[in-house]
Amino acid sequence: MKRTSEGEIMTVAGSAVEGPAVVIDEDLCKGCGLCIDVCPPGVLRQDSKLNHLGFHPVAYLGKWCNACGLCFFACPEPGAIVVVKPSRRHR
Amino acid sequence: MSTMTGGAVLQWPESLYRTFHRKPGGGQESTHYCPGCGHGVLHKLIAEAMDDLAIRERTVFISPVGCSVFGYYYFDCGNVQVAHGRAPAVATGIKRALPHSVVISYQGDGDLAAIGTSNILHAANRGEPITVFFVNNAIYGMTGGQMAPTTLDGQRTTTSPRGRDTMDTGSPLRVSELLSTLDAPVYIERVALTDAKHIMTARRAVRKALKAQVEGKGFSLVEVLSPCPINWKMDPAESKAWITDHLMPAFPLGVYKDVLAEREPQTRLAPQLALDKVAELFAAEPSVERTGEPTWDGVADRYREPQVKIAGFGGQGVLFLGSLLANVALRRNYHVTWLPAYGPESRGGTANCNVVISAEPVASPMVTEPSVLMALNAPSLERFEPTVTPGGVIVYNSTLISKTPTRQDVEVVAVPATAIADELGETRAANLVLLGAYLAHTGMFSAAEVEATMDQVLKSHGMLELNRQAVARGFAATT
Repeated sequence: MKRTSEGEIMTVAGSAVEGPAVVIDEDLCKGCGLCIDVCPPGVLRQDSKLNHLGFHPVAYLGKWCNACGLCFFACPEPGAIVVVKPSRRHR
Repeated sequence: MSTMTGGAVLQWPESLYRTFHRKPGGGQESTHYCPGCGHGVLHKLIAEAMDDLAIRERTVFISPVGCSVFGYYYFDCGNVQVAHGRAPAVATGIKRALPHSVVISYQGDGDLAAIGTSNILHAANRGEPITVFFVNNAIYGMTGGQMAPTTLDGQRTTTSPRGRDTMDTGSPLRVSELLSTLDAPVYIERVALTDAKHIMTARRAVRKALKAQVEGKGFSLVEVLSPCPINWKMDPAESKAWITDHLMPAFPLGVYKDVLAEREPQTRLAPQLALDKVAELFAAEPSVERTGEPTWDGVADRYREPQVKIAGFGGQGVLFLGSLLANVALRRNYHVTWLPAYGPESRGGTANCNVVISAEPVASPMVTEPSVLMALNAPSLERFEPTVTPGGVIVYNSTLISKTPTRQDVEVVAVPATAIADELGETRAANLVLLGAYLAHTGMFSAAEVEATMDQVLKSHGMLELNRQAVARGFAATT
């Protein structure tokens, strides 16, 4: 896994994302909720809407992610979760 | 799909395909696994370790039978999918043929601990320098939740609806403990995919096991207690709790063997795939000096490329007759095979062997429809006469076979082989009389060629003169 200290502003799915942040591809999420269980700051929740697979995808509250990465390792799907490390400004 | 440029991130491992092209239908960016399945997590941990160790280009991932049968949808490396339980055997072959490869055997408990128990045990005992990831979910997942050898005492499954009865079906098989008693394995650990701490321990174990192979240390195995929410009929959170409360007490986590620090990298014989090198390894000496060209000049078309079945009772020299015929042909540079049917026949009973002689390389040494049958006793003729191809040749020992062949569509040569051998004072020479008769009838090889071959292949030359006479009498018998 590449962990570099540069370029903290990321483009994820066409949008600029400033770390620390978690980006969830709701179309790839099967709503198992394992990421919610392991998230220390508790910033993930199950969405009430259904995705195209028929699952309730997990959504990020939009702030307070500390980019610990545990949700990434707990997630069984290769592409459902991307964790963006903190930006320089944030640190 | 998420597309990203640069940055400090945790994202899709490079050793997993970005799109699962092999997966049929839609949804080629998500796995075929159920929500909350442990396979996806382990796939990511392995792929991430492959990235970091930079071994993707030389990794061969062996998919088993089970839910992970489709490992080749996901892992962007060499892939082989094998028969149920046989992954360690295939891994052995690949690793030995390609020592520089990194071979991963990925197996579930139904695959590894049931049908494949012998395979994993012996691969571990041989210390094959492969890495095994053993996914233990205490159940047969793909087929719908049947009892596995790892199922807990009292656990309800579709095939143990009242709970597993250990008096009836044994106790949960503890593979890591079992294999750790062997001398050869270098690293065995059991981990669990539950909370963050345990997942990170699993991550370290996966890396360590792969690194052990990269360093050439020997056999490593990581047993992974993994959730199967669907077949356990739980949600993913309940599954984690069930692993902690029920699986872990029966399958304690921990390092069962770690001798990585004290083991030197293995030195194994480099694979020898060239024919002459193989012969050298087996110290195989040529049985006869080669002379002449494998042309069928002077032999009638119908006698060329013979598929020979030789049969008699044990002690009649059936196997020797076959090997002598093969050597006579080998001496003339034909391609030959000699395949004896081994069995208790060597203690008396019917024995047979197969000889194929060809100007071209032989595809199969097995002769099921012989063009030539040499029968030394009556049961052999009875058994194999119906199998001879139309237009074929039957040479039989008429001293011991009073019932003549009934086939009208084959050539039949009757030779009183045992009577002739008795005249020479050695009953056991009947086989050579029959050989002489066959060669004389077909014109394939001369008596002098047989004699020259015997001179080279016989261990003892005391019987050479008698054998020469027996062959000569056989040649004379058909004229």
